[in-house]
Amino acid sequence: MSSPLWEVFVRPRRGLSHTHVGSVHAPDADMALRNARDVYTRRQEGVSIWVVPAAAITASSPDEKDAFFDPAADKVYRHPTFYDVPEGAKHL
Amino acid sequence: MYGNDFGELSGLLDQVDEAEKALVAAAHRDADAGADDPQTYFDGVLAADQKIEPRDWMPDAYRKTLIRQIAQHAHSEIIGMQPEGNWITRAPSLKRKAILLAKVQDEAGHGLYLYAAAETLGISRDELVQLLLEGRQKYSSIFNYPTLTWADMGAIGWLVDGAAIVNQVPLCRCSYGPYARAMIRICKEESFHQRQGFEILHTLAHGTPAQHAMAQDAIDRWWYPSLAMFGPPDADSTHSEQSMAWGIKRFSNDDLRQRFVDMCVGQAEVLGLRLPDDELRLNAETGHYDYTQPDFDELMQVIKGNGPCNRQRMAHRRRAHDEGAWVREAAEAYAAKRAQPVGAAA
Repeated sequence: MSSPLWEVFVRPRRGLSHTHVGSVHAPDADMALRNARDVYTRRQEGVSIWVVPAAAITASSPDEKDAFFDPAADKVYRHPTFYDVPEGAKHL
Repeated sequence: MYGNDFGELSGLLDQVDEAEKALVAAAHRDADAGADDPQTYFDGVLAADQKIEPRDWMPDAYRKTLIRQIAQHAHSEIIGMQPEGNWITRAPSLKRKAILLAKVQDEAGHGLYLYAAAETLGISRDELVQLLLEGRQKYSSIFNYPTLTWADMGAIGWLVDGAAIVNQVPLCRCSYGPYARAMIRICKEESFHQRQGFEILHTLAHGTPAQHAMAQDAIDRWWYPSLAMFGPPDADSTHSEQSMAWGIKRFSNDDLRQRFVDMCVGQAEVLGLRLPDDELRLNAETGHYDYTQPDFDELMQVIKGNGPCNRQRMAHRRRAHDEGAWVREAAEAYAAKRAQPVGAAA
Protein backbone atom coordinates (compact mmCIF):
# COMPACT_ATOMS: atom_id res chain seq x y z
CA MET A 1 0.00 0.00 0.00
CA SER A 2 1.49 3.33 -1.00
CA SER A 3 1.68 6.06 1.60
CA PRO A 4 -0.74 9.01 1.45
CA LEU A 5 -0.26 12.09 -0.70
CA TRP A 6 0.57 15.49 0.84
CA GLU A 7 0.33 18.85 -0.88
CA VAL A 8 3.34 21.09 -0.22
CA PHE A 9 3.32 24.86 0.32
CA VAL A 10 6.59 26.80 0.61
CA ARG A 11 7.15 30.32 1.93
CA PRO A 12 9.99 31.48 -0.34
CA ARG A 13 11.11 34.40 1.85
CA ARG A 14 10.08 35.98 5.12
CA GLY A 15 7.25 38.39 4.35
CA LEU A 16 5.81 36.42 1.41
CA SER A 17 2.87 33.98 1.57
CA HIS A 18 3.21 30.21 1.37
CA THR A 19 2.71 29.11 -2.24
CA HIS A 20 1.77 25.71 -3.56
CA VAL A 21 4.76 24.00 -5.15
CA GLY A 22 3.71 20.35 -5.60
CA SER A 23 3.17 17.18 -3.59
CA VAL A 24 4.95 14.29 -1.90
CA HIS A 25 4.07 10.82 -0.63
CA ALA A 26 4.78 10.05 3.01
CA PRO A 27 3.34 7.82 5.74
CA ASP A 28 2.90 10.67 8.23
CA ALA A 29 3.11 14.45 8.59
CA ASP A 30 6.67 14.52 9.95
CA MET A 31 7.97 12.39 7.09
CA ALA A 32 6.00 14.51 4.62
CA LEU A 33 7.76 17.63 5.93
CA ARG A 34 11.18 16.00 5.58
CA ASN A 35 10.41 14.68 2.12
CA ALA A 36 9.08 18.05 1.04
CA ARG A 37 12.24 19.71 2.30
CA ASP A 38 14.37 17.29 0.28
CA VAL A 39 12.24 17.52 -2.86
CA TYR A 40 11.35 21.20 -3.01
CA THR A 41 13.92 23.21 -1.05
CA ARG A 42 17.27 21.68 -1.99
CA ARG A 43 18.45 25.06 -3.27
CA GLN A 44 17.16 27.13 -0.36
CA GLU A 45 13.88 27.86 -2.12
CA GLY A 46 12.12 28.42 1.18
CA VAL A 47 12.19 29.43 4.83
CA SER A 48 9.01 27.60 5.88
CA ILE A 49 7.01 24.61 4.62
CA TRP A 50 3.40 23.52 5.13
CA VAL A 51 2.24 20.01 4.26
CA VAL A 52 -1.48 19.29 3.99
CA PRO A 53 -3.06 15.85 3.42
CA ALA A 54 -4.17 15.95 -0.23
CA ALA A 55 -7.37 14.18 0.82
CA ALA A 56 -8.20 17.16 3.05
CA ILE A 57 -8.36 19.53 0.09
CA THR A 58 -11.72 20.14 -1.56
CA ALA A 59 -11.32 21.60 -5.04
CA SER A 60 -13.86 23.31 -7.26
CA SER A 61 -14.85 21.27 -10.28
CA PRO A 62 -13.37 22.27 -13.67
CA ASP A 63 -16.67 21.30 -15.36
CA GLU A 64 -18.53 23.83 -13.28
CA LYS A 65 -15.93 26.55 -13.68
CA ASP A 66 -18.12 28.83 -15.78
CA ALA A 67 -21.22 28.68 -13.63
CA PHE A 68 -19.12 28.84 -10.47
CA PHE A 69 -17.27 32.04 -11.32
CA ASP A 70 -19.96 33.65 -13.47
CA PRO A 71 -21.50 35.83 -10.74
CA ALA A 72 -18.40 38.06 -10.68
CA ALA A 73 -18.30 38.54 -14.45
CA ASP A 74 -20.96 41.24 -14.82
CA LYS A 75 -20.01 43.37 -11.81
CA VAL A 76 -17.64 45.86 -13.41
CA TYR A 77 -18.60 48.38 -10.74
CA ARG A 78 -16.37 46.51 -8.28
CA HIS A 79 -13.36 48.01 -10.06
CA PRO A 80 -12.21 51.57 -9.42
CA THR A 81 -11.80 52.18 -13.15
CA PHE A 82 -15.60 51.98 -13.52
CA TYR A 83 -15.90 55.48 -11.99
CA ASP A 84 -15.20 58.72 -13.83
CA VAL A 85 -12.73 60.83 -11.92
CA PRO A 86 -13.47 64.48 -12.75
CA GLU A 87 -10.72 66.61 -14.21
CA GLY A 88 -8.41 67.99 -11.55
CA ALA A 89 -9.35 65.55 -8.78
CA LYS A 90 -6.15 64.18 -7.26
CA HIS A 91 -5.20 61.37 -4.88
CA LEU A 92 -8.32 59.33 -5.58
CA MET B 1 10.02 58.28 6.51
CA TYR B 2 9.55 55.15 4.50
CA GLY B 3 10.24 55.31 0.78
CA ASN B 4 8.29 58.07 -0.89
CA ASP B 5 4.91 57.12 0.48
CA PHE B 6 4.59 60.29 2.50
CA GLY B 7 6.32 62.92 0.38
CA GLU B 8 4.40 63.24 -2.84
CA LEU B 9 0.68 62.69 -2.47
CA SER B 10 0.29 60.09 -5.17
CA GLY B 11 -2.80 58.04 -5.98
CA LEU B 12 -3.94 55.36 -3.58
CA LEU B 13 -3.29 52.41 -5.86
CA ASP B 14 0.25 53.67 -6.58
CA GLN B 15 0.96 53.83 -2.86
CA VAL B 16 -0.34 50.31 -2.27
CA ASP B 17 1.72 49.11 -5.22
CA GLU B 18 4.81 50.75 -3.71
CA ALA B 19 4.14 49.05 -0.37
CA GLU B 20 3.77 45.68 -2.05
CA LYS B 21 7.03 46.14 -3.96
CA ALA B 22 8.79 47.20 -0.76
CA LEU B 23 7.50 44.06 0.96
CA VAL B 24 8.86 41.84 -1.79
CA ALA B 25 12.17 43.74 -1.92
CA ALA B 26 12.61 43.46 1.86
CA ALA B 27 11.79 39.75 1.64
CA HIS B 28 14.64 39.30 -0.81
CA ARG B 29 17.20 41.14 1.29
CA ASP B 30 19.39 39.04 3.52
CA ALA B 31 18.89 39.95 7.14
CA ASP B 32 21.27 39.19 9.98
CA ALA B 33 20.31 35.67 10.89
CA GLY B 34 21.75 33.38 13.52
CA ALA B 35 21.10 35.32 16.69
CA ASP B 36 20.43 32.82 19.48
CA ASP B 37 18.51 35.21 21.65
CA PRO B 38 14.91 35.46 20.33
CA GLN B 39 14.55 39.13 21.30
CA THR B 40 17.72 39.99 19.35
CA TYR B 41 16.43 38.06 16.36
CA PHE B 42 13.04 39.79 16.57
CA ASP B 43 14.71 43.21 16.77
CA GLY B 44 16.90 42.31 13.79
CA VAL B 45 13.91 41.39 11.62
CA LEU B 46 12.26 44.70 12.49
CA ALA B 47 15.45 46.66 11.87
CA ALA B 48 15.74 45.08 8.42
CA ASP B 49 12.12 46.17 7.74
CA GLN B 50 11.18 42.53 7.23
CA LYS B 51 8.08 40.71 8.47
CA ILE B 52 7.39 38.77 11.64
CA GLU B 53 5.49 35.58 10.76
CA PRO B 54 3.02 33.60 12.92
CA ARG B 55 5.43 30.94 14.19
CA ASP B 56 8.22 33.41 15.03
CA TRP B 57 8.93 34.29 18.62
CA MET B 58 7.47 37.69 19.49
CA PRO B 59 7.11 39.69 22.72
CA ASP B 60 3.80 39.03 24.48
CA ALA B 61 2.90 42.71 24.37
CA TYR B 62 3.51 42.81 20.60
CA ARG B 63 1.10 39.89 20.16
CA LYS B 64 -1.51 41.48 22.44
CA THR B 65 -1.23 44.85 20.71
CA LEU B 66 -1.71 43.26 17.30
CA ILE B 67 -4.70 41.19 18.43
CA ARG B 68 -6.31 44.32 19.91
CA GLN B 69 -5.67 46.41 16.79
CA ILE B 70 -6.56 43.80 14.15
CA ALA B 71 -9.69 42.80 16.09
CA GLN B 72 -10.84 46.41 16.38
CA HIS B 73 -10.22 46.79 12.67
CA ALA B 74 -12.19 43.62 11.85
CA HIS B 75 -15.08 44.63 14.13
CA SER B 76 -15.15 48.04 12.43
CA GLU B 77 -15.63 46.43 9.02
CA ILE B 78 -18.49 44.30 10.35
CA ILE B 79 -20.28 47.09 12.25
CA GLY B 80 -19.49 49.43 9.35
CA MET B 81 -21.95 47.50 7.18
CA GLN B 82 -24.88 48.91 9.18
CA PRO B 83 -24.83 52.64 8.32
CA GLU B 84 -24.63 51.85 4.60
CA GLY B 85 -26.91 48.82 4.74
CA ASN B 86 -29.50 51.33 5.92
CA TRP B 87 -29.73 52.74 2.37
CA ILE B 88 -29.60 49.61 0.20
CA THR B 89 -33.38 49.38 -0.16
CA ARG B 90 -33.67 53.11 -0.83
CA ALA B 91 -30.84 53.64 -3.31
CA PRO B 92 -32.03 56.02 -6.05
CA SER B 93 -31.43 53.64 -8.98
CA LEU B 94 -30.76 49.98 -9.69
CA LYS B 95 -27.17 50.86 -10.60
CA ARG B 96 -26.56 52.66 -7.30
CA LYS B 97 -28.19 49.80 -5.43
CA ALA B 98 -25.99 47.15 -7.09
CA ILE B 99 -22.90 49.24 -6.32
CA LEU B 100 -23.89 49.77 -2.68
CA LEU B 101 -24.57 46.06 -2.26
CA ALA B 102 -21.14 45.25 -3.70
CA LYS B 103 -19.55 47.74 -1.33
CA VAL B 104 -21.26 46.41 1.80
CA GLN B 105 -20.32 42.90 0.65
CA ASP B 106 -16.69 44.07 0.45
CA GLU B 107 -16.85 45.32 4.05
CA ALA B 108 -17.92 41.84 5.17
CA GLY B 109 -15.04 40.38 3.15
CA HIS B 110 -12.56 42.80 4.73
CA GLY B 111 -13.79 41.82 8.17
CA LEU B 112 -13.14 38.18 7.33
CA TYR B 113 -9.60 38.80 5.98
CA LEU B 114 -8.83 40.60 9.23
CA TYR B 115 -10.36 37.98 11.55
CA ALA B 116 -8.25 35.41 9.70
CA ALA B 117 -5.10 37.51 10.24
CA ALA B 118 -5.95 37.85 13.96
CA GLU B 119 -6.43 34.08 14.26
CA THR B 120 -2.80 33.53 13.22
CA LEU B 121 -1.88 35.16 16.56
CA GLY B 122 -3.54 32.38 18.54
CA ILE B 123 -6.99 33.75 19.30
CA SER B 124 -10.10 32.09 17.84
CA ARG B 125 -12.75 33.71 15.70
CA ASP B 126 -15.42 32.72 18.24
CA GLU B 127 -13.54 34.48 21.02
CA LEU B 128 -13.19 37.64 18.92
CA VAL B 129 -16.90 37.71 18.04
CA GLN B 130 -17.74 37.17 21.71
CA LEU B 131 -15.47 40.05 22.79
CA LEU B 132 -17.28 42.35 20.37
CA LEU B 133 -20.75 41.24 21.44
CA GLU B 134 -19.86 41.69 25.12
CA GLY B 135 -18.54 45.18 24.40
CA ARG B 136 -15.03 44.24 25.59
CA GLN B 137 -13.42 45.13 22.27
CA LYS B 138 -14.14 48.32 20.35
CA TYR B 139 -14.89 49.28 16.77
CA SER B 140 -14.28 52.62 15.07
CA SER B 141 -16.46 55.32 16.63
CA ILE B 142 -17.32 56.79 13.21
CA PHE B 143 -19.96 54.06 12.75
CA ASN B 144 -21.90 55.39 15.71
CA TYR B 145 -23.15 58.31 13.63
CA PRO B 146 -26.45 58.00 11.71
CA THR B 147 -26.86 58.04 7.92
CA LEU B 148 -29.72 60.47 7.45
CA THR B 149 -29.84 60.99 3.66
CA TRP B 150 -28.66 59.36 0.44
CA ALA B 151 -25.85 61.95 0.28
CA ASP B 152 -24.41 60.31 3.39
CA MET B 153 -23.49 57.32 1.18
CA GLY B 154 -21.35 59.72 -0.81
CA ALA B 155 -19.86 61.37 2.28
CA ILE B 156 -19.00 57.99 3.81
CA GLY B 157 -17.28 56.82 0.63
CA TRP B 158 -15.35 60.04 0.14
CA LEU B 159 -14.54 61.13 3.72
CA VAL B 160 -14.86 58.05 5.93
CA ASP B 161 -13.30 55.63 3.45
CA GLY B 162 -10.83 58.34 2.45
CA ALA B 163 -9.71 58.74 6.08
CA ALA B 164 -9.62 54.98 6.51
CA ILE B 165 -7.38 54.69 3.46
CA VAL B 166 -4.95 57.33 4.76
CA ASN B 167 -4.78 55.29 7.98
CA GLN B 168 -4.54 51.96 6.22
CA VAL B 169 -2.02 52.51 3.44
CA PRO B 170 0.85 52.70 5.98
CA LEU B 171 -0.47 49.45 7.52
CA CYS B 172 0.44 47.72 4.23
CA ARG B 173 3.99 48.14 5.63
CA CYS B 174 3.19 46.80 9.09
CA SER B 175 5.84 44.52 10.60
CA TYR B 176 3.44 41.58 11.05
CA GLY B 177 3.28 39.62 7.77
CA PRO B 178 -0.34 38.36 7.76
CA TYR B 179 -1.67 41.83 8.69
CA ALA B 180 0.45 43.60 6.07
CA ARG B 181 -0.65 41.19 3.34
CA ALA B 182 -4.32 41.48 4.33
CA MET B 183 -4.04 45.27 4.24
CA ILE B 184 -2.56 45.25 0.74
CA ARG B 185 -5.55 43.28 -0.45
CA ILE B 186 -8.01 45.51 1.39
CA CYS B 187 -6.52 48.79 0.19
CA LYS B 188 -6.70 47.67 -3.43
CA GLU B 189 -10.40 47.06 -2.99
CA GLU B 190 -11.00 50.27 -1.01
CA SER B 191 -10.11 52.36 -4.02
CA PHE B 192 -13.50 51.55 -5.57
CA HIS B 193 -15.24 52.59 -2.34
CA GLN B 194 -13.67 56.02 -2.23
CA ARG B 195 -14.30 56.71 -5.91
CA GLN B 196 -17.94 55.67 -5.84
CA GLY B 197 -18.52 58.00 -2.88
CA PHE B 198 -16.83 60.84 -4.71
CA GLU B 199 -18.98 60.16 -7.76
CA ILE B 200 -22.21 60.19 -5.73
CA LEU B 201 -21.28 63.59 -4.26
CA HIS B 202 -20.11 64.96 -7.59
CA THR B 203 -23.43 63.98 -9.19
CA LEU B 204 -25.46 65.54 -6.36
CA ALA B 205 -23.32 68.66 -6.18
CA HIS B 206 -23.89 69.27 -9.89
CA GLY B 207 -27.61 68.47 -9.74
CA THR B 208 -30.56 70.58 -8.57
CA PRO B 209 -30.10 73.16 -5.78
CA ALA B 210 -31.85 70.75 -3.40
CA GLN B 211 -29.44 67.95 -4.32
CA HIS B 212 -26.48 70.29 -3.90
CA ALA B 213 -27.75 71.31 -0.48
CA MET B 214 -28.18 67.68 0.52
CA ALA B 215 -24.56 66.93 -0.46
CA GLN B 216 -23.33 69.99 1.48
CA ASP B 217 -25.32 68.99 4.56
CA ALA B 218 -23.73 65.52 4.48
CA ILE B 219 -20.22 67.04 4.31
CA ASP B 220 -21.09 69.42 7.17
CA ARG B 221 -22.07 66.47 9.38
CA TRP B 222 -19.30 64.01 8.41
CA TRP B 223 -16.24 66.28 8.21
CA TYR B 224 -15.33 66.53 11.92
CA PRO B 225 -16.20 62.93 12.84
CA SER B 226 -13.94 61.89 9.92
CA LEU B 227 -11.08 64.00 11.31
CA ALA B 228 -11.63 62.32 14.68
CA MET B 229 -11.09 58.90 13.05
CA PHE B 230 -7.33 59.47 13.32
CA GLY B 231 -7.61 59.29 17.11
CA PRO B 232 -6.60 61.66 19.89
CA PRO B 233 -3.81 64.22 19.38
CA ASP B 234 -0.30 62.77 19.58
CA ALA B 235 0.25 64.20 23.06
CA ASP B 236 -2.68 62.12 24.42
CA SER B 237 -2.25 58.97 22.35
CA THR B 238 -1.60 56.07 24.72
CA HIS B 239 -0.49 53.30 22.37
CA SER B 240 1.38 55.24 19.72
CA GLU B 241 5.01 55.29 20.83
CA GLN B 242 5.41 51.56 21.38
CA SER B 243 3.48 50.74 18.20
CA MET B 244 5.83 52.97 16.21
CA ALA B 245 8.87 51.22 17.71
CA TRP B 246 7.39 47.86 16.70
CA GLY B 247 6.71 48.94 13.14
CA ILE B 248 2.97 48.39 13.61
CA LYS B 249 2.26 52.08 13.25
CA ARG B 250 4.33 54.21 10.87
CA PHE B 251 3.01 57.74 11.29
CA SER B 252 1.52 59.67 14.18
CA ASN B 253 -2.21 60.45 14.46
CA ASP B 254 -1.63 64.15 13.83
CA ASP B 255 0.58 63.54 10.78
CA LEU B 256 -2.06 61.32 9.19
CA ARG B 257 -4.83 63.79 10.02
CA GLN B 258 -2.85 66.58 8.36
CA ARG B 259 -2.29 64.45 5.32
CA PHE B 260 -6.02 63.76 5.03
CA VAL B 261 -6.89 67.46 5.28
CA ASP B 262 -4.31 68.37 2.60
CA MET B 263 -5.81 65.72 0.32
CA CYS B 264 -9.44 66.76 0.82
CA VAL B 265 -9.09 70.49 0.13
CA GLY B 266 -8.47 70.09 -3.60
CA GLN B 267 -11.03 67.32 -3.92
CA ALA B 268 -13.72 69.49 -2.27
CA GLU B 269 -13.00 72.22 -4.81
CA VAL B 270 -13.56 69.77 -7.67
CA LEU B 271 -16.82 68.69 -6.03
CA GLY B 272 -17.92 72.30 -5.66
CA LEU B 273 -18.62 71.69 -1.96
CA ARG B 274 -17.33 73.52 1.10
CA LEU B 275 -15.42 71.95 3.96
CA PRO B 276 -17.11 73.42 7.09
CA ASP B 277 -14.07 75.17 8.58
CA ASP B 278 -13.56 78.94 8.51
CA GLU B 279 -9.96 78.54 9.71
CA LEU B 280 -8.99 76.32 6.78
CA ARG B 281 -6.15 77.96 4.85
CA LEU B 282 -2.80 77.11 3.33
CA ASN B 283 0.10 77.89 5.63
CA ALA B 284 2.85 79.20 3.36
CA GLU B 285 5.54 78.33 5.91
CA THR B 286 4.65 74.68 6.42
CA GLY B 287 3.14 74.03 3.00
CA HIS B 288 0.19 72.38 4.78
CA TYR B 289 -3.35 73.53 5.48
CA ASP B 290 -4.15 74.95 8.91
CA TYR B 291 -7.47 73.60 10.13
CA THR B 292 -9.77 73.36 13.14
CA GLN B 293 -9.32 70.23 15.25
CA PRO B 294 -12.33 67.95 15.79
CA ASP B 295 -14.03 67.91 19.20
CA PHE B 296 -12.00 65.29 21.06
CA ASP B 297 -14.32 65.39 24.08
CA GLU B 298 -17.09 64.27 21.75
CA LEU B 299 -14.81 61.50 20.42
CA MET B 300 -14.19 60.28 23.99
CA GLN B 301 -17.93 60.31 24.68
CA VAL B 302 -18.63 58.25 21.55
CA ILE B 303 -15.84 55.80 22.43
CA LYS B 304 -17.37 55.42 25.90
CA GLY B 305 -20.65 54.34 24.32
CA ASN B 306 -22.56 57.61 24.29
CA GLY B 307 -22.60 58.40 20.57
CA PRO B 308 -25.88 58.81 18.68
CA CYS B 309 -26.06 55.15 17.53
CA ASN B 310 -23.82 53.04 19.84
CA ARG B 311 -26.69 51.14 21.44
CA GLN B 312 -28.52 50.66 18.16
CA ARG B 313 -25.40 49.27 16.42
CA MET B 314 -24.64 46.79 19.19
CA ALA B 315 -28.28 45.73 19.58
CA HIS B 316 -28.48 45.10 15.84
CA ARG B 317 -25.24 43.07 15.81
CA ARG B 318 -26.38 40.94 18.76
CA ARG B 319 -29.78 40.37 17.17
CA ALA B 320 -28.22 39.41 13.81
CA HIS B 321 -25.86 37.03 15.62
CA ASP B 322 -28.68 35.40 17.60
CA GLU B 323 -31.02 35.18 14.64
CA GLY B 324 -28.27 33.54 12.59
CA ALA B 325 -27.65 30.84 15.21
CA TRP B 326 -30.01 28.34 13.56
CA VAL B 327 -28.07 28.63 10.27
CA ARG B 328 -24.78 27.80 12.00
CA GLU B 329 -26.42 24.91 13.86
CA ALA B 330 -28.05 23.52 10.70
CA ALA B 331 -24.75 23.67 8.79
CA GLU B 332 -22.97 21.84 11.60
CA ALA B 333 -25.70 19.18 11.80
CA TYR B 334 -25.49 18.63 8.05
CA ALA B 335 -21.67 18.35 8.16
CA ALA B 336 -21.87 15.87 11.04
CA LYS B 337 -24.42 13.78 9.15
CA ARG B 338 -22.25 13.69 6.02
CA ALA B 339 -19.17 12.76 8.09
CA GLN B 340 -20.82 9.51 9.28
CA PRO B 341 -19.16 6.49 7.69
CA VAL B 342 -21.13 4.73 4.96
CA GLY B 343 -23.32 2.02 6.44
CA ALA B 344 -23.56 3.62 9.87
CA ALA B 345 -26.99 3.76 11.43
CA ALA B 346 -29.01 6.58 9.93
